[in-house]
Amino acid sequence: MNLAASRTDQAADHFLPTPYRVVAAKREIRDIVTLDMVPVSGEMPEFLPGQFNMLYVFGVGEVAISISGDPADKSRMIHTVRDVGAVSDAIAALGPGATLGLRGPYGTAWPVADAEGNDVVIVAGGLGLAPLRPAIYRVLANRERYGRVAILYGAREPADILFRHELETWRKQLDINVEVTVDHADQTWHGSVGVVPPLIARAGFDPENTVAMVCGPEVMMRFSAVALGDAGVPFERIHLSMERNMKCAIGLCGHCQFGPDFICKDGAVMSYDRLAGKLTIREL
Amino acid sequence: METLERILMDHPFFAGFGKEFGELVTGCARNHVFEAGKYLFHEGDAADEFYLIRHGKVALEILPPGQRPVVIGTVREGEIVGASWLVPPYRWMFDARAMELTRAIGIDAACLRTKCEADPKLGYEMMKRFLPVLVQRLQSARLQLLDVYGRRAG
Repeated sequence: MNLAASRTDQAADHFLPTPYRVVAAKREIRDIVTLDMVPVSGEMPEFLPGQFNMLYVFGVGEVAISISGDPADKSRMIHTVRDVGAVSDAIAALGPGATLGLRGPYGTAWPVADAEGNDVVIVAGGLGLAPLRPAIYRVLANRERYGRVAILYGAREPADILFRHELETWRKQLDINVEVTVDHADQTWHGSVGVVPPLIARAGFDPENTVAMVCGPEVMMRFSAVALGDAGVPFERIHLSMERNMKCAIGLCGHCQFGPDFICKDGAVMSYDRLAGKLTIREL
Repeated sequence: METLERILMDHPFFAGFGKEFGELVTGCARNHVFEAGKYLFHEGDAADEFYLIRHGKVALEILPPGQRPVVIGTVREGEIVGASWLVPPYRWMFDARAMELTRAIGIDAACLRTKCEADPKLGYEMMKRFLPVLVQRLQSARLQLLDVYGRRAG
């Protein structure tokens, strides 16, 4: 077999989804659902915090969704999905017993192992808390290996706060700084109102020895990365989870090209020193 | 006993402020305590004072006609409330409500403006402190306007 044919075979394997069954579905907030799923047969693949799967609703289509579960929990694969399009609408409508296809896991990971010994600043906006949740689980499960830990989360309004119960639980932990802010609120909300980036300056960390992980809408990540840089965190220690139109998930089709990188295989988690100059280029 | 000048100069807003200026500003300062739910000021009131928050949290609110007040921002310990005292006609453009027991130092606006006019160095020092706060709040307001967190929940 020649090299080209071998590559084609490997790619073909990658495009073959594995059937998974939904075992639990939870509506987190109005337009966001968390699905727990297990393989119909065979073993659950391991994954790293920050990786994503391609979820395929038969007859509808396929979409890249980050894994939002605990990497230490080998019993199920968990994804948190916002219903914003045809495929994600179909995924969000699935209930226990439904079957869907899954390819993955793919992509790069949050540097949770490399961050050991450092302060950790986790900055999340909206649904961006979902791809960060596996990293949070990992850091909190090994809390003694890290310095100060800050979780800074922003949402549109109080009703849109994702994983609210877990945020409240984490906040009760005395050695974690959890800050939650919303863009809009009425008087019934007693928390902070404002955007996420200003929280960074007051989070309390040693910038030279900090690893930052940021996930949310790209504009929010852009300004948060700038705020982290302004606070003195070196760009190579700031990590963002990028989102582009991922189709093949293995760097073949080019749909998710971002300058010289393919987000599906060079990301989705990428360090800011690779991204800083490109985030403001409109053509990208 | 902590003097008012010491308390004032320990506030992050005045970090690095010269002692000679500290004495001048302290001459315009007084302590305030606002119980939870009390208003520091209301929209349309004369902006005759601005506040350095020492403890607590303040909601900045606007009341749309026929609706409940909308909280447009919150300010907490180490931050300041109010810039309208700087710009004629010196009127507040929003309400400020103590969300919890709030301790603040109020700076008399007319007093400070007079001292800034008399001593441009003091005025420039004050501007160097106010402008970054205003720019940061403007940038934050722009980000809020972008409504980055996806479609409005129905």
